[in-house]
Amino acid sequence: MTQILMPALSPTMEEGNLAKWLVKVGDRIEPGQVIAEIETDKATMEVEAVDEGTVTELLVEEGAQGVKVNTPIAVLGGEGEAAAPAPKQEAKQAPRPDMKEERVKTARPEPSKLSTPTPQGDTEIPAGTQMIKITLRDALRDAMAEEMRRDDRVFLMGEEVAEYQGAYKVSRGLLEEFGPMRVVDTPITEHGFAGLGVGAAMAGLKPIVEFMTWNFGMQAIDHIINSAAKTLYMSGGQIKSSIVFRGPNGAASRVAAQHSQDYSSWYSHIPGLIVIAPYDAADAKGLLKAAIRNPNPVVFLEHEMLYGVEYEIPDVEDWIVPIGKAKVRRVGADVTISTHSRMVGHALKAAEQLAEQGIDAEVIDLRTLRPLDIATVIESVKKTNRLVTVEEGWGQSGVGAEVCARVTNEAFDYLDAPPTRVHQVDAPLAYAANLEALALPNVDHIVDAVKAVTYR
Amino acid sequence: MAKANGKHAAEATKDELLQYYRDMLLIRRFEERAGQLYGMGLIGGFCHLYIGQEAVVVGMQAALKDGDQVITAYRDHGHMLAAGMTANGVMAELTGRSGGYSKGKGGSMHMFSIEKAFYGGHGIVGAQVSLGTGLAFANKYRSDGKVCLTYFGDGAANQGQVYESFNMAALWKLPVVYIIENNQYAMGTSIQRSSSETHLYKRGISFNIPGEEVDGMDVVAVREAGKRAVERARAGEGPYLLEMKTYRYRGHSMSDPAKYRTKEEVDEKKAKHDPIELVKKMLIDAGHADEAALKEIDREIRTVVSDSATFAQESPEPDPSELMTDIYIDA
Repeated sequence: MTQILMPALSPTMEEGNLAKWLVKVGDRIEPGQVIAEIETDKATMEVEAVDEGTVTELLVEEGAQGVKVNTPIAVLGGEGEAAAPAPKQEAKQAPRPDMKEERVKTARPEPSKLSTPTPQGDTEIPAGTQMIKITLRDALRDAMAEEMRRDDRVFLMGEEVAEYQGAYKVSRGLLEEFGPMRVVDTPITEHGFAGLGVGAAMAGLKPIVEFMTWNFGMQAIDHIINSAAKTLYMSGGQIKSSIVFRGPNGAASRVAAQHSQDYSSWYSHIPGLIVIAPYDAADAKGLLKAAIRNPNPVVFLEHEMLYGVEYEIPDVEDWIVPIGKAKVRRVGADVTISTHSRMVGHALKAAEQLAEQGIDAEVIDLRTLRPLDIATVIESVKKTNRLVTVEEGWGQSGVGAEVCARVTNEAFDYLDAPPTRVHQVDAPLAYAANLEALALPNVDHIVDAVKAVTYR
Repeated sequence: MAKANGKHAAEATKDELLQYYRDMLLIRRFEERAGQLYGMGLIGGFCHLYIGQEAVVVGMQAALKDGDQVITAYRDHGHMLAAGMTANGVMAELTGRSGGYSKGKGGSMHMFSIEKAFYGGHGIVGAQVSLGTGLAFANKYRSDGKVCLTYFGDGAANQGQVYESFNMAALWKLPVVYIIENNQYAMGTSIQRSSSETHLYKRGISFNIPGEEVDGMDVVAVREAGKRAVERARAGEGPYLLEMKTYRYRGHSMSDPAKYRTKEEVDEKKAKHDPIELVKKMLIDAGHADEAALKEIDREIRTVVSDSATFAQESPEPDPSELMTDIYIDA
């Protein structure tokens, strides 16, 4: 004998009405045959038989209201029952462990330790290392070229990366060295080629997907988050996406709101992604090489305003900077300035001005936004007792908001003033030169914020 | 388009037909059982059943070689079983248990098997089309001779990234076969209400991708069209588009009463175009098998499916420690 149970017909249904029986006692039924109609709060649904056999009993009358899910409604006998016993019900009826409670008690890690890959290696430049001058643009190119020489699974794709040599000339010379199969000009089709890149990564290649700017990458955000960042988890660890999405991020100069957005906080929100936003050429090169080698999907946020700037870079073979480690750019005793990308330069200038006024600022370049090296910031705050965060993007739900929250939570007793954020004003970025300047954080804003938290 | 009249029967051998019958029946019985477990509250969330469309995946799989990849959207149980993934592993994923293909972390819409070259199982309509094009890009990059089958529905056929992918696939002659499973309803919206051009095989024309309409209820017709398309892609001639005219018997998902179509329409499909009944008729008409032999296959399939239901209920839930695994790979 097989019992037919009142089915749940939606994720939320707990009971329903048995509107109509379409079979009677003595009828032979086949799998797939409609046997009853059931009314839920949303609709009337047909119930199909799964097993074959003869209806020996109808346990619930037609018209019955509020029949609980999993109540036996009919009994089947006859051929087929032996081969298709009703699924065991204990699993449903046994009390389920309270996952919520269990998670909190036994499994839920500390928030600050959430899904953080371990940073490795050391960022210090060895004493006596020869330094050479190079633009940030060429440092990025060299990083890609070195990794492409090292691993033939690495390839670059994007708009104008090959024959045009890069919209910002970042990929200059790569087509000549590596050919069109590994330096791929795409149509203007961000959503498509980002997805194509993730598919190629799932098959084991190591794509570098260049967005002409991250503003255009917004068309591809679904693939970056849903396809690249989540699939390792959703596949139980089977499907890997070793892929780097890179390009210029943030405000350039007079290109208005649609071309000026800072995506730092957007991507740093997402578990499964690594997010890097370097400041100078040494970090850009060392972190990009690390990103290409990393087995996880990486969002690499460059800054157009820095592409042409020359920096010193250590003249060593295979310069690698570890992911997930902040860098103390200036040691100071009175206040901690936590920042990243182009704003590092502003913060360092502000620190010089502040030094003239007798305030000794420590400047921390986060470099990697996910995993966030909050420990370095907290160590600094324990020394300085004051915190100012600086970012180019908007304040609400921003990187600074995250840093302030974690510092407040983990080093509250060390703070002598409320942490303060410096960020873009809460408006789309204007085209007019004066309005653009008013909107973006500058050196004066940082100086003012530091004075506020140091009560000067 | 060839009607579901079995006119291709002569193109398949007895063993092939018996195999298709078995494979299609496994999908149907599996899906019926999944529907039952959903009704018992053992499967949660969304559950999209493949009943009625079985001939498409079984016919296409017969056109592939080992190593060729398959990728699809969220109505994916049939594709996985056709690709050789186990009923136990799929059913246990549906119940969210550790014995599932994604250890219970993916569910109905998100399962994968590298071993069987099945790349999901994707929940965002149309996303799998770009991803599948990328799998084909990797095949070309490596010159490994593999072909990727990229499935999507008539609903996804209106997503922009499908055409972004068509363009790149044709431009770069990627070894990909696009299969539109046109079951005529994108959730509750009929193709006539959603598409200015309802002959979806024409959707590749402006990209120079040849297309053809196929009777998706006839497994042998599917296989023959699949072979042509796959061999063309494998030969380096680029993508091909197959529009499978098919039909889903059930609603879009478990909670869909399917009031956007008539009962007569559904009954007519079931009675006159059922893909499994068609193969059954081919087998009997050709004298390859009798009712008793087919009944025996049915019995074997029922045991496999019943065992999978038992496995899916006895397999433990994932360990709480799984909450924080598979987020990053250690460098």
